[in-house]
Amino acid sequence: MKLVGRQTWVFDDVYIQATGTAVGPVEADGPIGNSFDVVHHDLYCGEKTWERAERRLMQDAIAACLQHGNVTIHEVDMLLAGDLLNQNVTANYTARAFPVPFLCMFGACSTSMETLAVGAALVDGGFAKRALAATSSHNATAERQFRYPTELGVQKPKSATFTVTGAGAALIGKEKGRFRVTAATIGRVIDAGVTNPLDMGSAMAPAAAHTIEQHFYDLRRSPSDYDLIVTGDLSRVGSVIVKELLMEAGHDVTSNYNDCGLLIYRPEKGAFAGGSGCACCAVVTYGHLLKEMKAGAMERMLVVATGALLSPTMIQQNESIPAIAHGVVIEAVRGE
Amino acid sequence: MRLRDNYRQAVKKFQPKPSYVANSLKAFFIGGGLSVVAEVLRAQFRMNMPSLTAEQAVLLLFISAAVVLTAIGVYDDFSQFAGAGSTVLITGFANSLASAALEHRSEGVVNGIAGQMFKVGGAALVYGIVAAYLFGLVHFMR
Repeated sequence: MKLVGRQTWVFDDVYIQATGTAVGPVEADGPIGNSFDVVHHDLYCGEKTWERAERRLMQDAIAACLQHGNVTIHEVDMLLAGDLLNQNVTANYTARAFPVPFLCMFGACSTSMETLAVGAALVDGGFAKRALAATSSHNATAERQFRYPTELGVQKPKSATFTVTGAGAALIGKEKGRFRVTAATIGRVIDAGVTNPLDMGSAMAPAAAHTIEQHFYDLRRSPSDYDLIVTGDLSRVGSVIVKELLMEAGHDVTSNYNDCGLLIYRPEKGAFAGGSGCACCAVVTYGHLLKEMKAGAMERMLVVATGALLSPTMIQQNESIPAIAHGVVIEAVRGE
Repeated sequence: MRLRDNYRQAVKKFQPKPSYVANSLKAFFIGGGLSVVAEVLRAQFRMNMPSLTAEQAVLLLFISAAVVLTAIGVYDDFSQFAGAGSTVLITGFANSLASAALEHRSEGVVNGIAGQMFKVGGAALVYGIVAAYLFGLVHFMR
């Protein structure tokens, strides 16, 4: 049985064989700016519209990933992708260029680990020899869909986050690679009753805490089994809350916890509480964290991508914001 | 109070508070300062033109400046700092139309620019007209 406990999948032999990342100008200028494969110094990424720019990023990330994995798209059996836009236009329009079976996924900003976990399960179950998981977000496309026109003068609160412009892709397969995907905990939708769309950290922290607790419970593990427990985009507000929630449950993560949204930008860059968006967890994990792992900085990490299942229409109808978080365990494979 | 017992209440101590005093002061001085500039301009213009024309000239200048600043991507940064000091003036309304028009240029000049231009400013327009109508009614019934 590969289901362990209530929500956790344990995989036998699944590896991340290669990754690819593409980012926009602000991310390239950030503290981990040199970890990314493709860098665009223009927010339009050489395209005519913001939506096309986001597609360009996803295409670049996939191309870089395939190149690093030394495979062609014809050798990929399944493409899993998602983004933040209505009808998942980035993923669907990107996929139309590829002659590969395609599953489109939406988990808001949790999509990076959702696609990775499902991709790993398909590979482990023998439904695909190689699967490609890709996610993207773009600051301008997200702003205009979820908030206001980009140039509108509204004062944002300190709890607001800044959507990451970028895309990340991972090639998953059975052939031995440098990183092994050993387990995944699929989250439940948790609604803590938060209604402020400019404070997604508070909305998502309970979902992240729930998934992490369930993960420990299912696998009989504790925080000390991990060199790093990293959340997707809880930012400055939510990351403090999740630590407190876990502490209340008896899990002390103060020494090995971090958040992708805090790693990607310099605090003084006007990014408010930190980065968010589908690409936040994807580019930080596939770009920066796996490089750290390869360099020997850690052996086992739990990546928990957090998604605020936010809809502007639901917010206007005074509904609260449901959230979800999916965790994936990635372990280093050291050469013999 | 534990977070998991009453999350919505307990989480408040982790959420950053808006700086009401600083924001009010900034809005007062920046919004007020801009209004003083408008008043000075109006006084200047009145030397050469009728009173009503002078007022309209000032409005035209402020609207044009806001649209230009929006187009070059400066107005939103100014608003992040000035807050209400920049949004309650007519410049804020101009910015709301210009930013929506810019944003939706990619969907064409009819459906995009024209169709979406009032998506933010439209509410102010509707209730502005309704309020003007009501106050007008009160004024004439007195």
